[in-house]
Amino acid sequence: MSTVTADDLRPPRGPDAVANGPRSYSQAKWLGIVGIALGLLAFFVAIPPITLRTAVPSWLIAALAAGLGVLAVRGGKKRVGYGAIASAVVGALGAYAASRSGVTNLEVVVSWGALGAATLRYATPLTFAALGGLVSERSGVVNIGLEGAILMGAFFAALGADKTGSWVLGLLIGIASGAVLGLLHAIFCVGLRADQIVTGTALNFIAFGVTGYVYIDTYGDLGTPDDLPQIPDVTLPIGSVPFLGDVLAGQNLMVWLGLLSVLAVFVCVFKTGSGLRLRSVGENPRAAETVGISVYRTRYVAVICSGALAAAGGAYLSIGFVNSFTQEMSAGRGFIALAALIFGRWRPGGLLAATLLFGSSSALAQRLPAFNESTATLMQALPYVLTLIAVAGVVGRSVPPAADGVPYKKGE
Amino acid sequence: MTAGPTLAGRVSGYIRTGGVLTPVITALLAFLIGGLVVALTGKNPLTTYQAFYDGTGLSWLIPWSGEREVAAINLQQTLILTTPLILVGFAVAFAFRAGLFNIGGQGQYAVGGFAAVYVGSSLDGLSPVLHVALALVLGALAGGLWAGIAGLLRATVGANEVISTIMLNYISLWIGVYLFGLGGPLQNGTDPSLPVSDDILREARLPVFWGDAELQGLHVGLFVALAAGVVFWLLLNRSVKGYEARAVGFSPDAAAYGGIDVGRTYVTVMVTCGIFAGLAGAVDVLGWQFRIATNDVTGSEIGFLGIAVALLGRNTAVGTMISALLFGALLQGTSVRNLDPAVFEPALAGNLTTIIQGLVVLFVSADVLVVYLYRLRRGKKGLPAPPVPPAPVRSPAG
Repeated sequence: MSTVTADDLRPPRGPDAVANGPRSYSQAKWLGIVGIALGLLAFFVAIPPITLRTAVPSWLIAALAAGLGVLAVRGGKKRVGYGAIASAVVGALGAYAASRSGVTNLEVVVSWGALGAATLRYATPLTFAALGGLVSERSGVVNIGLEGAILMGAFFAALGADKTGSWVLGLLIGIASGAVLGLLHAIFCVGLRADQIVTGTALNFIAFGVTGYVYIDTYGDLGTPDDLPQIPDVTLPIGSVPFLGDVLAGQNLMVWLGLLSVLAVFVCVFKTGSGLRLRSVGENPRAAETVGISVYRTRYVAVICSGALAAAGGAYLSIGFVNSFTQEMSAGRGFIALAALIFGRWRPGGLLAATLLFGSSSALAQRLPAFNESTATLMQALPYVLTLIAVAGVVGRSVPPAADGVPYKKGE
Repeated sequence: MTAGPTLAGRVSGYIRTGGVLTPVITALLAFLIGGLVVALTGKNPLTTYQAFYDGTGLSWLIPWSGEREVAAINLQQTLILTTPLILVGFAVAFAFRAGLFNIGGQGQYAVGGFAAVYVGSSLDGLSPVLHVALALVLGALAGGLWAGIAGLLRATVGANEVISTIMLNYISLWIGVYLFGLGGPLQNGTDPSLPVSDDILREARLPVFWGDAELQGLHVGLFVALAAGVVFWLLLNRSVKGYEARAVGFSPDAAAYGGIDVGRTYVTVMVTCGIFAGLAGAVDVLGWQFRIATNDVTGSEIGFLGIAVALLGRNTAVGTMISALLFGALLQGTSVRNLDPAVFEPALAGNLTTIIQGLVVLFVSADVLVVYLYRLRRGKKGLPAPPVPPAPVRSPAG
């Protein structure tokens, strides 16, 4: 998906870097990181619980952050430096906006416990899908079809739960539908060596069409019934603990399963023999074949698992989160998950951090209508803008598996 | 083999196998499987497809068929839908030829429409020709700028255009809902309760040349699309920029070695694509929609259809136009006004269109399948010889 750019291989630039060598280079990096943190702090002091009613301290902090950013850029760390400057600008503008709006509105929007809980809820479908992407791409197959797999999971879980009257069966049916989509992707990409991105796009269209078709055919204009069996919430006896209680006490079972899956995928892919084989197929299929690993079989299994994982996220969306299905409800989550995978550098921990970041932007966008309906509409674009910036900011430094996206032919 | 280093290299097998047979087989196979889906849900695929066909007005082309007047009106509607499909098809095809995958046709189409609706509904008092030209040009430029963001990100930091164009689609969608939604800056000035833009002024509308202008006859936007086809062909096959784009498509490394600025080519290619798609949005707004409602922004799928249109048309000028006519007819045949719900529900038909669209793209992606069919046709044992990447004529210094 991306390559190492020539800039990464060159020695650091800038007069200081040349004069003082590597030491000042790493100093510049830290200046930039501190700058980014200060930019965030500038915004933080203006919102609850601190809620300074003037933006002046924020502007001073932001100016300092921007200054550090400039120093970092001059020291040769361009990305971190520009990041600090951007963070300073965002912090200053955010603090200004916060200081100009009413305290009650602010407290409705910035209620940390509720924001944290919503972040986890929005992040969970992304986490499942991004894990699916990880398994597939570590085996060397790009899966743009994650979006379709989420949608399949969402619809067939709702349909299954409705027809069988059991959320367990609904969840399993949803996961199975995603696995079928994964199998199709594998047949075309691994078996027929079709272009992986074009195939994935095709499967997204097919998933949109099939779910929409069966949905209209089954439910018509009425939509899914209100009494869909739902995946239960897990109630923990920590409701009275400040912040953590609000965030964790009443989360859905799938939120916990999502976090568990991160751990499970980490262990399976990075700590076991079959995980090593999976990764070797993704890095160098020819060498893997030479030592007796079946590239085709590994990739088939990985891509099917990928579809199943993404579909689990979709099942959470329909029968765990909003308790209904609507056409195209995946709303680009599969693509945001792919971006999270790149941003998280194809590692489980990294992608979890990235999905939490994207989830928090969705949670924030959801709560902003308290201010101004019309502007809040624009804020719905925030997760997508953030994804765009994240992908643009990190590529070149985030290196995909070497054989990612390359069709493999045996014995060529 | 057919596997090349880039997307264009890999789909080049499909482009090379040539002929009209493979796209025809691809389309037939997609419609066949679509028919199976219809049959599986307990409906008659033959009467369903017959109902679609009756709505397209294509029977007008057969002089001895009955009901010429109804068919003429239907064919006008089919061609109205074909017009933007040709243009968004070019937006995808041009990128494919340079090894880029532009999934952002939808967003580029949308912002082209936004710019055109703004220009077309304001600036009262301009002469009609100037007003239409200005709205078209600004719509095209808006699309070009929007796509240029993805091109620039690809060229400077290497951000994959697939993800960036998809994100730009969603961003443009929410910008549209904001602009025309209640309280938005471009929302209707006369009725603040409607989430819709102002109407395009009379003199900024594209003239109708076939049918009744009051009953949505065929507007001259079709000629804009046909002219764009000539430009597309000339640009790709007879210009230096087009040569560079194709060379980058075959092999970015070889192109760079030959002295082509690959990054700049990515930007110019994406901007060109965006201009085609932005023009499509402008033509739709000025030709027959005359306003944009938030529902239009969220419900439109014209840009996504462009992918299937381009791939089925083998990314060539003529092929794209023909496959645009096929999908235009399909859209018209399945539209709410045409399809009798007693025969087949239009909402189902819309989803069936999406399935067929996906199947077309899926079969095209498996160029191996197509090459296999090609071999059957030619009765050859071997595969066609791999293409020799065109040798760049420029010296590295030049």
